[in-house]
Amino acid sequence: MIDKVCTLASVMKFFRDRQTIMVGGFGVPGTPFMLIDALLESGRSALTLVKNEANEDHLGVSKLIEAGRVEKLIISHLGLNATAIGFMNRGEIQVDFYPQGILAEKIRSGGAGIFGFLTDIGIDTILKKGKELVKTRDGRELILEPATRADISLIHAAQGDRYGNLVYEKSARNFNPVMAMAADIVIAEVEQIVEVGDISPDSIHTPGAFVDHVVVIEELTPDYGVLSRHVL
Amino acid sequence: MSFKEIIAKRAAREIRPGQVINLGIGIPTQILQFLPADTVVFIHSENGILGIGPRCRRGTENRNLIDAGGNYVTLQPGASFFDSILSFSLVRGGRLDIAFLGALEISAKGDLANWIIPGRYSPGIGGGMELAQKAKRVIVTTTHTTKEGTPKIFPECTLPITAKACVGTIITELAVMEVTPEGLVLKELAEGTDFETVKSLTAAPLIVKGDSIPRYS
Repeated sequence: MIDKVCTLASVMKFFRDRQTIMVGGFGVPGTPFMLIDALLESGRSALTLVKNEANEDHLGVSKLIEAGRVEKLIISHLGLNATAIGFMNRGEIQVDFYPQGILAEKIRSGGAGIFGFLTDIGIDTILKKGKELVKTRDGRELILEPATRADISLIHAAQGDRYGNLVYEKSARNFNPVMAMAADIVIAEVEQIVEVGDISPDSIHTPGAFVDHVVVIEELTPDYGVLSRHVL
Repeated sequence: MSFKEIIAKRAAREIRPGQVINLGIGIPTQILQFLPADTVVFIHSENGILGIGPRCRRGTENRNLIDAGGNYVTLQPGASFFDSILSFSLVRGGRLDIAFLGALEISAKGDLANWIIPGRYSPGIGGGMELAQKAKRVIVTTTHTTKEGTPKIFPECTLPITAKACVGTIITELAVMEVTPEGLVLKELAEGTDFETVKSLTAAPLIVKGDSIPRYS
């Protein structure tokens, strides 16, 4: 019987020092807080994290940064996390910023077996510095953006089954489907486990072929809840 | 009305029914409240939503439903969710009619600087660069000057730019300006100000066409 469902303890063995780890989520929705806590508990360090943003102060991947476990962030922005900006400004973490959709597309390329792509985003800006440039036959100058892959992707989904099929909810989808394509080991935490066949094939967002391990979230901790500072 | 409300109210008049629109953080988020209730528009949010509505009333928040700034939002009928790839395909692929963005500096040629002050402010890029470069129309909604009263509109930007020649219209609490091949054209003046005031607070030349400049409030 194919069963990718496993315990949280059993995925700890995959974490190593110096790994590159992709973490899904955009704000709280879609952030795999349980898996992030497990990574923190593993004690691993010198990590490179690939994420949209560094969550907010003292939350999610910010805990890893604040514990000194992160060497480098490959990220779109740190706008809601003054603590992470402080780490960057003091030189305690290295940060590579990418335009948000370009970051997503780099990950997609990594997951799709493509080595890179050409883009004009940022071509007139300081982002062009240090980039490999390509001159097309019609005289256009474009940035050659290489693909990004990771050792591990940490994914959050609303529903999963033992084949690893995943369904995301509302704005919690964001970077999760694309990161689920782009790592050697893909670990998904799910809020609910359902029987194989319960999810309509039309409704599956990430087919199980991309997912290696499914861990059920025992309890939705306050980290997953509504952030009071964003409430009217 | 506050400065920000004057700007948001005037900006709302640029929107046509059925348009796909992205609202940047700050002033742009206030634009929706000035749209006529029967105007259907499709608000895009970078985190993967088309069709967001006003912010949630306290107590009605859903933990999985936020906009790109982290605020809890409602949905309009016909809304859809998608991933980050599709979200930015929509932007770069040319399906976004208007991006309303904030600014640190704007040049008379339509260059926009709004993401970094080297050594002082560098929170990253987010979706702003793609919005500025690829939206069919970029409207900057900003106070006319900085908090210290220094101009934000220059012949050339001094800060690193977000995108070149991307801004079409600038809406401030004092004036509406259009970027044209001849330069910056003053289209409208806010009630309670005059041309000399606006000119003194704008570091780039302003072109005035015709005899009377329409007013807004």
